[in-house]
Amino acid sequence: MRGRRIGLIAAAILAVVLTVVGFTIVTGSKSTGGGPRGSGVATVGGPFTLTGVDGQAVTEKDLLGKPSAIFFGFTYCPEVCPTTLSELSALADQLGSDADKLNLVFISVDAERDGPEEMKQYLTAFDSRIIGLTGTPEQIDAAAKAFKIYYTKVPLDDGDYTMDHTASVILMDAYGKFFGTMAYEEAMSVMLAKLKRLIGEG
Amino acid sequence: MFSSARAAITAALLALFIPALSLEANAAEIEITQPWTRATPPAAKVGGGYLTLTNKGTVIDTLLGASSEIADRVEVHKMEMVDGIMKMRPVPEGLEIPAGQTAELAPGGYHLMLMGLKRPITQGERISVTLKFEKSNPVDVELVAGPLGSSTPNSGENPNGGSSSMSHGESN
Repeated sequence: MRGRRIGLIAAAILAVVLTVVGFTIVTGSKSTGGGPRGSGVATVGGPFTLTGVDGQAVTEKDLLGKPSAIFFGFTYCPEVCPTTLSELSALADQLGSDADKLNLVFISVDAERDGPEEMKQYLTAFDSRIIGLTGTPEQIDAAAKAFKIYYTKVPLDDGDYTMDHTASVILMDAYGKFFGTMAYEEAMSVMLAKLKRLIGEG
Repeated sequence: MFSSARAAITAALLALFIPALSLEANAAEIEITQPWTRATPPAAKVGGGYLTLTNKGTVIDTLLGASSEIADRVEVHKMEMVDGIMKMRPVPEGLEIPAGQTAELAPGGYHLMLMGLKRPITQGERISVTLKFEKSNPVDVELVAGPLGSSTPNSGENPNGGSSSMSHGESN
């Protein structure tokens, strides 16, 4: 009886903690969307080790020296991922050679289905400067946690599954510091202005 | 003896055909406009289908799903953005179209989910799909493929896939 009560209290505490953490992440990413640098969410970003489309290891250090626009998704995604990647391609087009001053990164949240070869093939449809990264479930989990990206596998009735994931693009400066976000469905003109500012200041 | 069995079969067949005929009348009452899809990247296994359904009849009908030669199966799904998180779910109960009303399958909401694509969809292509309804007869439509990542059916007009997707975003 007493054990059960303690269990209930522990569950209640856990629920409160999870709510606070979840709220902090959500409001954190909202309030800093496009906001100035150093706005208090310094914890976005961190160490990761993933695999590039040619099988090579890629870490957070490989992205330093240039600012980065990082998007998490998966190739079995019918709408948000191809739309965001074609928007990033169109933005790279508009930036012209300035786009070379950026890392455009697509990280899979679907380790099971997105190997380096699938990522490579998939990305041939988009700007060739987009860097595709995948990894083991543990590696992807570490990268998603570092960038405060939410994702979860959702089983479907027929044994198939889909992925829920944060649809925002994370902007990081050349030193690996959080710079801002670009939300899904944000106007292209706003995204272009953000990337220009990232290249100029980041 | 033999002829009475034959009469019974004829009656049974007639009974089968009468409701079929009335279904036929219903079928014409779902009007479909602007069916479209978009080109898919190589290796992509899924695609989205979009269209507008208007129920010109007097009874509610439900879009249950569809089929197409290009995909293993075609289901009604719904996408939602919740606090910046993309969520997508099958809608096995289908999409209801009340009498006299219009239901839209569009980016950001309900869509046909083409699953297990047998080959990529290319821009400008027409994808034959058979829509299945609860009451109406199946309806064949052709989804016109716009450029990769397009968010409106009209962006298919522009041969340059990159810049046409610039129409995405309302204030643009």
